[in-house]
Amino acid sequence: MVIGKSLPRVDALDKATGRTKYTDDLCDRGALIAKIVHSDKAHAYVKSVDIKEALKVPGVVKILTCFDVPEQPFPTAGHPWSTDPHHQDVADRHLLTRHVRYYGDDVAAVVAEDEVSAVQAARAVKVEYDVLPIVLDAQEAMKDGAPLLHKKYANNVLAHTDIRRGNYEEAIKEPGLVKVEGWYDTPTVQHCHIENAVCYAYEEAGKVVVVASTQIPHIVRRCVGQALGIDWGRVRIIKPYIGGGFGDKQDALYEPLCAWLSMQVGGRLVKLECTREETFVNCRVRHAIRSHIISYVRADGTMVGRKLECWSNQGAYASHGHGICAKGMNAFPQLYPCPNLEADSWTVFTNRSVAGAMRAYGMPQAIFAVECHTDDICRKLGLDPIEYRRRAVMPKGYVDQFSKNELYSDSFNQTIDVGMKYMDFERKYKEYQNQTGDIRRGIGMSVFWYNTAVWPISLETSSCRMVMNQDGSVQVQVGETEIGQGADTAFAQMAADTLGVPFEKVHVVSCQDTDVTPYGTGAYASRQTYTAGMAIRTCAEDFKAHILKVAFDYTRMQPYLCDIVDGNIVRITDGRVLMSLADLSASVLYSLDSSEHLTMEKTTQIKTNAYSFGCGFAEVEVDIPMCKIKLLKIINVHDAGILINPALAKAQVEGGMSMGIGYALSEKLIYDEKTGKALNNNLLDYKLSTFMDHPHLEVAFVENPEPTSAYGTKALGEPPVIPVAPAIRNAVLNATGVALYELPMDPHLLFRKFQEAHLFAKEE
Amino acid sequence: MYDIKALYEAKSVEDAVRLLTDHPDAQIIAGGSDVLVQIRSGKRAGKELVSIYGLDEMRGVKMEEDGTIRIGSLTSFSHITQDPLIQKHINVLGEAVDMVGGPQIRAIGTIGGNTCNGVTSADSASTLFALDAIIEITGPNGVRTEPISSFYLSAGKVDLAHNEVQTAILIPKKSYSGYKGHYIKYGMRNAMEIATTGCSVNVRLSGDKKTIKDVRIAYGVAGPIPMRAHTAEKAAAGQPVCAETVDRFAAAVLEDVKPRDSWRAAKDFRLHLCTTMAKRALIEAIKKCGGEVL
Repeated sequence: MVIGKSLPRVDALDKATGRTKYTDDLCDRGALIAKIVHSDKAHAYVKSVDIKEALKVPGVVKILTCFDVPEQPFPTAGHPWSTDPHHQDVADRHLLTRHVRYYGDDVAAVVAEDEVSAVQAARAVKVEYDVLPIVLDAQEAMKDGAPLLHKKYANNVLAHTDIRRGNYEEAIKEPGLVKVEGWYDTPTVQHCHIENAVCYAYEEAGKVVVVASTQIPHIVRRCVGQALGIDWGRVRIIKPYIGGGFGDKQDALYEPLCAWLSMQVGGRLVKLECTREETFVNCRVRHAIRSHIISYVRADGTMVGRKLECWSNQGAYASHGHGICAKGMNAFPQLYPCPNLEADSWTVFTNRSVAGAMRAYGMPQAIFAVECHTDDICRKLGLDPIEYRRRAVMPKGYVDQFSKNELYSDSFNQTIDVGMKYMDFERKYKEYQNQTGDIRRGIGMSVFWYNTAVWPISLETSSCRMVMNQDGSVQVQVGETEIGQGADTAFAQMAADTLGVPFEKVHVVSCQDTDVTPYGTGAYASRQTYTAGMAIRTCAEDFKAHILKVAFDYTRMQPYLCDIVDGNIVRITDGRVLMSLADLSASVLYSLDSSEHLTMEKTTQIKTNAYSFGCGFAEVEVDIPMCKIKLLKIINVHDAGILINPALAKAQVEGGMSMGIGYALSEKLIYDEKTGKALNNNLLDYKLSTFMDHPHLEVAFVENPEPTSAYGTKALGEPPVIPVAPAIRNAVLNATGVALYELPMDPHLLFRKFQEAHLFAKEE
Repeated sequence: MYDIKALYEAKSVEDAVRLLTDHPDAQIIAGGSDVLVQIRSGKRAGKELVSIYGLDEMRGVKMEEDGTIRIGSLTSFSHITQDPLIQKHINVLGEAVDMVGGPQIRAIGTIGGNTCNGVTSADSASTLFALDAIIEITGPNGVRTEPISSFYLSAGKVDLAHNEVQTAILIPKKSYSGYKGHYIKYGMRNAMEIATTGCSVNVRLSGDKKTIKDVRIAYGVAGPIPMRAHTAEKAAAGQPVCAETVDRFAAAVLEDVKPRDSWRAAKDFRLHLCTTMAKRALIEAIKKCGGEVL
C-alpha cells in the first residue's frame, strides 16, 4: 500500500531543478505579442477608437477593436456545461467590449512583433467614451436609479435565492428571547497565484490550439468554441504545469481573445500574458459579501429563529455568478440547525473587477459572518464559545436533504478536542479576559463547513485512461489537473494501489490536451481526489480484471485465482508469482497470434458528495497603540477523511492557512470611489502576507474515512483558508473586548475601532 | 522586455558627468530597483540610461581622518547592514536599511538611489536626517556638499542638477559619537513594505544616564519629504530621563509633522502613529544608551 504514505511529489525533482516548463517557457520566442487596451473609465460606451497613431509604431502587426469582434456573447465560468438552458452560465462577455463596465475593461487589442512595440502601440490607441455613472457597492447598486450595468438585470440583481424553514416571524415572538444582530463585511481580494494568467494560440491542422495556464482545459475548450462561434472540436486546449490558480484559472480568462487574435493574423503564434497589474484587475477576484445575521436565542443559547441576508458583489460580469453567495447561504441552516429560518441572498453587478471562483467558493465570507456571530451570541449570553458550539453545531448523523450529505462521524468534537489541546484553550481563554494595558493577548476559534464536489448542483463526471508499456509501467490520464496542489502524486498513489503496480511505475501524464486527454472538468471544488479517485479506481479495477483475463493465455490460471501485486501476476491461493507485468505486457503486445495494446478507459459519473469539516484556532497579541495584531499561535484541524499523502495534505493546509492570514489581516483590493480605478493592483500595495507575518503553522488531522469515497477521501484543497479569519477575529475580541465586523483587520480598521472603544484615551 | 532607448555605461564619475552632459534627456541608473519599475510602468519608458552601477569607486564604507563616516552612494543596503564601521558607530542606519523591501531588493538597491529618488518613505532617509548627514555631489565643476535637509527639495525632487552625480553620503563624527539610535518602520506587514511612517531617533545621555543631553528625531512620510521634529527635540533636550519627558517629547512632534490623507493611510491615523512611534523610538534609543525610562 502506498496510500497514506508521504511519498515525494512526482514532479518534485523537475520543479526543484527548474526543469519544469510552464506556458511561457514553452512558447516559441518568435511569438507575436498581444497587449490589451484597457478602459480608463469604469462605466461608459465606447464612441470611437482611433488607431491611426498606434499603427505607426514599428512592429505593429494588427490592431483590433471592440467594433471588430463577433457579436455573440459567451460565458466564462468554469462550470460543467448544462444542456438545460435554464442552468447554463450567463453569456454576457464579448472578446472586446463597446459597453465598458469596469475600470480596465477590454476595448482593443494590439498584436505586434515584440512586447515593447505592443505596449507602445497600446498606449497610442485613443478611445473616446460616453461616460456613465458608476456604482461600486452591491447594496447601492440595487437601489432604484442606480447605474444599470446589464439591461436584462433590473436593479443590477443577477440572481436572488432564498430559504424558508418553519415560521421565523412567529417563532421570535416567544417571550424572553435575546436578539443578537450583526453586519459582517468581507473585502474584494485576489488569488495572487505566482504565475500570471498567460496563454498562446496558433492555428494548426484546421484547429485553433491554445496553450494556457488553466485549471479547466476541457471547459475552456467549450468556452473558446462558444466565444468564437466555431465547432468545439475545432478548438484544442493544452494545459502544461501551472504556477497556481486558486480558482482564478477556473474561468475562461484571455484564452478566447488570444485564440481569436491568432485567427485574425492568419493563425500566427500569438502570446497574451497578463502583467501582475492586469491579473489583479482583469482576471477574477473574490466576491466581497456583506452579511446581516439576526439570531433570536434563549438564555441558554438555543437558537429559536434566525435570519440571514447577504449581498454579493459580482463586479462587472456574471462569471461564476450567484453560485458563490448561494453556497454560503445554503451552509447557514446546515452548520447550526435552527427550526425557524429566513435566508436571502442577492448577487449584484457593480463596476468592480469581475468576481469569480476563489479557494473555498463563498465559504470564507459566509463562515466569517457566521462564526463571528457565534462568538457574538456567546459574549452577549456569557456562554463558553466551545461548549456552546459543541451544543449548537450540526450533530453527528445529520443529513442534508438536498445533497444527501451526511455527517457520519463526530468530526466537530474530535477536531475541536485536538485544537483545544494544542492551544491550551480553556486556560488561556479565561486568563485573557478583562486585560488592561497596551499589549493584550487573546485566543479564539472557528469551525467550518464544506462540501467536497458540486453534485447535485452540477454534473460530476470523471474519466480515466490507463496504458501499459512493455515494461509493465503505466501511464495514467485524467481530466483533473495538477495545479500545484499535488494531484498527480495522489493520483499515482491511488492507481498504484488499486492496480497493484509499484508507485515508481505509475506515470500520471500531467499535461492535459483536450484532443488526447479523456474528458474531465478540471481542478475546482476540492473534488480531485474524490471524483478522479472514483474514475481511477473504476478504471484500475477494470484494467486489472482485463489484464488477469489476458494473462490466462500465459498462466493458464483462472482470473479469479490471481491478483496483481507489486507489478507481478500472483496466484492468490498460494502466493506464487506467476509472471511479471513486464513479461506479460511485452508478450501480449508482440504476440504473433493475438497482439494487444493493454489499455483501459472508463468514465465514471459521481452522484454523491461529502461533507468536510474541521476547525481553526488562533492566539494573538494585540499592540493597541500601534494598532497591530501579531499572530502567536495557530492551528487548523481537518477531518478530510483518509489522507492519500499526509505530507502533501499538510502542505496544502499550510498554504490555505497562509491565504487565510492575509484575508484576515491585510489583503484588500481598494477602488477609488470616484473613478472605480483599483488603487493597489500590485504586490507592493496589495498586502499579501509574507513569511515574516506568519507564526509556525500547525496542522492536524482526524481521519474518519468517508464512506462514499473511492479511497475514503473528501475535501481538503479549499477548506484550510476558511476558519483563519474568524478565529483571529474572535481572538481579538477575547483580547480587547472589541468586536470587529469587517476584513481585513488591518491597522486602519483597528485604529478606528480602538478609537471608538476609547482604548487610546490616555494619549489623545 | 524594457522600453529603453539606449544604455551608456560610465567608466568613472567624470565619465558619468560627461555622458549626462552629452545626453540631456538621459536618466541615471544604479541598482535599478526604482528606475526599472518606472520604465515598466511607462513613467520613464523610452529613455536613455546612464549606468553608474559599475563604478566601484562609489562603493563601500570608510572612515575618514576626522572620524567622518563616508558611505559610497552605490553601497547596497545589505552591505551597509553588514559593514563593521556601520555596526560599530551607526548601527541604527544598518538596521533601518535592513527593513527595505526584501533580501533581493536590499542586495541590488543602493543608498544613493534611495535618497536621490526623493521620496519621503525611503527607509534610509529619516535616519540620515536624524544623523545630520551630508550629501556629496560631483558635477562638471567638481565636488560640492549639502546637508541632507537642503538636499531634499520637494516630493520626488532633490538638489541634483541633470549632470551631477551623488557620490557619497557623509556622517560627521559629531553626529554619531556618543549617540545611539533607533528606527521604527511602520508598515502594514513585516516585509516587502514601503513605510506608512518611519521614525528615527538618535539620543545622547549624560554620563549618569539620567539626563537627555541631546536628541534628534526624524520622520519619513510625515510630510512631502523626510523631516525633523525640532520642537520635540527642544522639548526633550536637557530634560531628565523619565516617562513625563518621553510623553512631552511624543506630544510635541505634532507641532512639526504634517502628514496627509491618502488611501494608503488617513491623516489622523498617521498623526497617532507619529506620537506613538516617537515615544517607542525614544524609549528604545535611551535603552541602547544604557538609560532606563522609569
